[in-house]
Amino acid sequence: MSDTLIKGLYREGEKIADTKAPLDVPISQSWEERKFKAALVNPANRRKLRVIIVGTGLAGGAAAASLGEMGYNVEVFFYQDSARRAHSIAAQGGINAAKNYRNDNDSVYRLFYDTVKGGDYRARETNVYRLAEVSANIIDQCVAQGVPFAREYGGLLDNRSFGGVQVSRTFYARGQTGQQLLIGAYQALERQVAAGTVTEHPRHEMVEIIVSDGRARGIVSRDMATGKLETHVADAVVLATGGYGNVFFLSTNAMGCNATAIWRAHRKGAYFGNPCFTQIHPTCIPQHGDQQSKLTLMSESLRNDGRIWVPKKAEDCEKDPREIPEEDRDYYLERIYPSFGNLVPRDIASRQAKNMCDEGRGVGPKIDGVARGVYLDFAEAIGRMGKDAVSAKYGNLFDMYERITGDNPYEVPMRIYPAVHYTMGGLWVDYDLESNVPGLYVAGEANFSDHGANRLGASALMQGLSDGYFVLPNTINDYLAHCFNLPKLDESSPDVVEALQSAQARVDRLMAVNGSRSVDSFHKELGHIMWEYCGMERTEEGLKKAIGMIRELRKEYWQNVRVPGKSIGELNQSLEKAGRVADFMELGELMCIDALHREESCGGHFRAESQTPEGEALRHDDKFLYVAAWEWAGEDQPPVLHKEDLIYNNIELKQRSYK
Amino acid sequence: MNLTLKIWRQSGPEDRGAMHEYQVKGISEESSFLEMLDVLNEELFARGEEPIAFDSDCREGICGQCGIVINGIAHGPEVTTTCQLHMRTFHDGDTITIEPWRAEAFPVIKDLVVNRSALDRIIQAGGYISVNTGAAPDAHATPVPKQDADRAFEAAACIGCGACVAACPNASAMLFTSAKVTHLQLLPQGKPENYKRVVNMLNQMDEEGFGSCTNIGECAAVCPKQIPLDVISTLNRQLGKAALKGV
Ligand SMILES: Cc1cc2nc3c(=O)[nH]c(=O)nc-3n(C[C@H](O)[C@H](O)[C@H](O)COP(=O)(O)OP(=O)(O)OC[C@H]3O[C@@H](n4cnc5c(N)ncnc54)[C@H](O)[C@@H]3O)c2cc1C
Ligand code: SF4
Ligand code: FES
Repeated sequence: MSDTLIKGLYREGEKIADTKAPLDVPISQSWEERKFKAALVNPANRRKLRVIIVGTGLAGGAAAASLGEMGYNVEVFFYQDSARRAHSIAAQGGINAAKNYRNDNDSVYRLFYDTVKGGDYRARETNVYRLAEVSANIIDQCVAQGVPFAREYGGLLDNRSFGGVQVSRTFYARGQTGQQLLIGAYQALERQVAAGTVTEHPRHEMVEIIVSDGRARGIVSRDMATGKLETHVADAVVLATGGYGNVFFLSTNAMGCNATAIWRAHRKGAYFGNPCFTQIHPTCIPQHGDQQSKLTLMSESLRNDGRIWVPKKAEDCEKDPREIPEEDRDYYLERIYPSFGNLVPRDIASRQAKNMCDEGRGVGPKIDGVARGVYLDFAEAIGRMGKDAVSAKYGNLFDMYERITGDNPYEVPMRIYPAVHYTMGGLWVDYDLESNVPGLYVAGEANFSDHGANRLGASALMQGLSDGYFVLPNTINDYLAHCFNLPKLDESSPDVVEALQSAQARVDRLMAVNGSRSVDSFHKELGHIMWEYCGMERTEEGLKKAIGMIRELRKEYWQNVRVPGKSIGELNQSLEKAGRVADFMELGELMCIDALHREESCGGHFRAESQTPEGEALRHDDKFLYVAAWEWAGEDQPPVLHKEDLIYNNIELKQRSYK
Repeated sequence: MNLTLKIWRQSGPEDRGAMHEYQVKGISEESSFLEMLDVLNEELFARGEEPIAFDSDCREGICGQCGIVINGIAHGPEVTTTCQLHMRTFHDGDTITIEPWRAEAFPVIKDLVVNRSALDRIIQAGGYISVNTGAAPDAHATPVPKQDADRAFEAAACIGCGACVAACPNASAMLFTSAKVTHLQLLPQGKPENYKRVVNMLNQMDEEGFGSCTNIGECAAVCPKQIPLDVISTLNRQLGKAALKGV
């Protein structure tokens, strides 16, 4: 490790690498090769092995169902009251798969290529190739489970195209793809519960991880209904706890989404990969005011037919949009990116919307003095296809928009604005989805591996199910096969006691502060700092300022937060939030440090200091072609940066251009 | 707008619970019902009182985690979820009563939060297709007529919120159960287990303490996903056939 403190904030450690992906075979054979080499566990021995899975979204639910069905003894934990409610349920748009059912030249290689390019070349080639390869099986699996995908009159599956790609490879179930896929996984899970292979722990939050002899051996959970802390030991632990976008307070994520599970693991040694890579989604309903608790996404499929514009003249911004003639409208995406138009990838669409509003050409109510909205207009589509056809395609989204805003989008153009949506960063994992802590596996949005610096639409659902149904069930065996000789751990083992005590100490400490501010007020303030300085556009100066502000806020938190109610004996939602916000405060600082060190613009990371003369993101492959994997060095200690070089053998690096 | 709220408070499963009255001021019409409760909770916090516990997660009308009886109606006066009910539905000066789902099978955990695990156990009894991971046939191997796929989708839209149970005078979970049975039986993949599924799921429904269905229809009237009442007749037809086959 370097002794020098870089930028006064972090140290640099030795490089790391993924050692599990076979690189001596063509990439198209890597996965077969890995599966072949992985050790197996005899079916009769599987039930003697216990696996803890935290999370029942697509990744965790699919993994729990699959591992249960293979005969492992699975314990699954989640904070909602039912496994079916995990945040994956909210995904509207669709799921990609290289089926080439449209005969439009799609292939595994093309899906792989699009995903790597869309992620601005910051994803690992081997992982992404496998994702594309497995994608076709996902659709088969889900159809077999009864997922009611959209179909054509011939009885075959329908497809559509989705932001940033030119083939129709997206499978969907009206605007409820995530719900239908998750219900498929949930039903498979409940089947295993009935079969006795899986035990569910609803309303249980993981608050600490048990690491013994350098291996992940269990978790401490809190029963949210009773407040009781419990220890659970196992042979391996899988975290599938979703993204941490809620660090921004306002986001499209569900209210309970949190970073606690991965942050606790990080503090116990797991590296955190690319924490600052946040995806901002361009088509969300703009904020209405300060009572707002979350932002709602409108599926990006709307961009297939809706046209995005703002008035050319700032003085027209307050006019009724229907009274602004064509020649006074600026269809800015069509103007700047003629070949992709309104279908440019999310990072580009988002940043241009922000630029228009910053120029003073935004529309809708003003928040902090700036109107933050642009029009998404269906008038042309209604003229071309007729109102009925538009309604058949987008009716449920139009209804949702009307319910939330009170405006009728058939009559008045919708207003949209970018919002925090997805986090590409997460715990560092190798090709097996194993973190650097042996026995700790990380799946779905909680890991960092497949999306690079920007995630293309319809690929997170694909990754969640690929990890859960197909990858983990094949890689975790390799670890479990060597677990029979691990020492027995019980409630009284020192590492278990230590984990329980530290979880208890944290609860006690939060309850004891007894200050005067509510948890939410801190969360909002943190979110504000993050959005302002570590959001769509970042500068060195802003990030430094943010780090200072977060440190101050964190100090105040531990002196002035008040958690009402009891910690034991009853449900206490303030306490639940308090633990999550405490972790967000630490993570927020790491995100800013990561953003500060990455002096390039890349996907969802736009550094104002690094742009082309035309104002497009400027990447620096010579300096930043690596994953930033951060190691926790202790309380108030500067974190340590480990770099994993990204190796592109199959795809030539190009500057992304959508012009 | 300013409102008077009458809210059910109950510290835990053993507590008897009672209605309490609160005033909230300055609520934006753009806010959702739950955002209004967030505002009330911040005020309660400032006054040194304990915030009101209520469930929510997605706040987009899709996860099914929220659910409150508002002015006597499950999810309130609009046909939607509680999180998607907006304050513009109400008027300045209104009095609103707020209670938890009431059903024997849904014990209260605290205030407005109830335990709905019974619905999961109904699914465990057969609400799935028995297919193992891997090696599924190509998705195009079995075409499904569009009408069937669409109708299956309609039934599959159930979010498991439990409003149907809360609205039913018998506290029956029939709409929920029938929605699942209908979804799976319409698809070729789900047909083989059909009769067994119907019988097992209904038995579990009884075992959980849900009442039986007497065709009142309150369930469909409040269902935020507009699950049609005729899914219940689909279930009953399957049940009849199952009886004939002696399942
Ligand atoms: C509005 C919206 C629309 C989207 N649309 C699309 C789309 O169209 N296509 C697409 O591909 N992707 C989409 N995404 C992204 C995608 O839905 C998610 O990235 C993906 O579903 C994440 O799945 P997951 O399994 O990793 O985690 P999640 O589904 O978030 O599940 C997390 C699980 O972890 C549990 N958990 C979390 N923390 C703890 C803890 N501390 N203790 C215990 N349990 C815990 C939760 O209870 C939950 O079960 C969308 C996302 C949003 C927000
Ligand atoms: S049938 Fe309707 S009311 Fe009942 S659980 Fe499903 S969505 Fe809720
Ligand atoms: S909070 Fe998810 S449906 Fe209301």
